[in-house]
Amino acid sequence: MSEVIVVTSGKGGVGKTTTTANIGTGLALADKKVVLVDADIGLRNLDVVMGLENRIVYDLIDVTEGNCRLKQALIRDKRYDKLFLLPAAQTRDKNAVSPEQMRQLCEELQQDFDFVIIDCPAGIEQGFKNAIAGADRAIIVTTPEVSAVRDADRIIGLLEAAEMHNPKLVVNRIRPQMVKKGDMMDIDDMIDILAIDLLGVVPEDEHIVVSTNRGEPAICNEQSRASQAYRNIVRRILGENVPLMSLELEVGLVDRLKKFFGL
Amino acid sequence: MFNIINRIFGKGSAGSKDIAKERLRLVLVHDRVNVSPQFIEILKEDIVRSISTYMEIDEKGMEVSLASSNSSVALIANIPVRRMKRGASFYND
Ligand SMILES: Nc1ncnc2c1ncn2[C@@H]1O[C@H](COP(=O)(O)OP(=O)(O)OP(=O)(O)O)[C@@H](O)[C@H]1O
Ligand SMILES: [Mg+2]
Repeated sequence: MSEVIVVTSGKGGVGKTTTTANIGTGLALADKKVVLVDADIGLRNLDVVMGLENRIVYDLIDVTEGNCRLKQALIRDKRYDKLFLLPAAQTRDKNAVSPEQMRQLCEELQQDFDFVIIDCPAGIEQGFKNAIAGADRAIIVTTPEVSAVRDADRIIGLLEAAEMHNPKLVVNRIRPQMVKKGDMMDIDDMIDILAIDLLGVVPEDEHIVVSTNRGEPAICNEQSRASQAYRNIVRRILGENVPLMSLELEVGLVDRLKKFFGL
Repeated sequence: MFNIINRIFGKGSAGSKDIAKERLRLVLVHDRVNVSPQFIEILKEDIVRSISTYMEIDEKGMEVSLASSNSSVALIANIPVRRMKRGASFYND
């Protein structure tokens, strides 16, 4: 049973790539065979966040154009032997690949992997359409800001129109102190407005910057609060019922997750 | 005065999150309508269907739109009535 999950947001810079890298690494640590697909053609980032930028030979467009076999383009992450990356092309643009080609690519990857995680580019144009084409379900990343939540709402509508129902929300960069002071929207506010299920809450965390500098996903650094949040998200993706960590609770959340898991 | 005290102790409605929430709510009303251009048309048809039981209306002269002020959005419907029906549906018999 293999799943294709697209990580998307609408608004740029809210944490799609960071989320993709950490969830993917977490699933691999849980002994799942995972491939991360960078669908941000022309602006590839996932390779750098994963620390795999020096190992790229072929990319996604090389595969769809038949310049190499799929297996040749997959980079195995030596640190976690069940984790692979299919990098985006850097010198091409989004129109170099079509939704149909992406669908075929995802189907082929599904034969070999438990999870295919797609890092979607910002926006709602061709790149977005390509990224969602082969996906079974979606994770929507937002930050607690009006513009990001607004864009998330738009994305939910577009996913619905594409018949992809029940996307799950990750709220990134929450600052509990600001929420406490009433200067940041809390989780309930956002869930209420967007009317979707919550998958997890990731705090603002300096470790994310440090780990991105190093090219090692933050989930590996057990000291970081973001790591704990990502571990919980991974367990929820795997179907476990994980209550919100205290930090998540601090930001004013009732038992939405219980509802989500039907308890 | 009370507000100032609240603010000093970092409580109450001094925070900006309520403003954010309110602005978001309003902007989404419009976004969601605009996402599907047929929305108003479908809504119109539904209104016509439910009103027709009670009165005969001039569908061509009907106008339905959203209007917003600073703090609220209203659904404005201008529906010319031709005549009221004398149907049994007025009475709970
Ligand atoms: N929880 C967090 N705490 C601190 N910094 C974060 C957090 N999440 C993301 N960042 C930082 O925010 C920046 C943007 O993150 P990222 O690249 O993952 O966003 P993105 O949605 O993929 O952007 P784009 O739309 O450009 O692809 C990065 O510098 C990242 O390190
Ligand atoms: Mg990105």
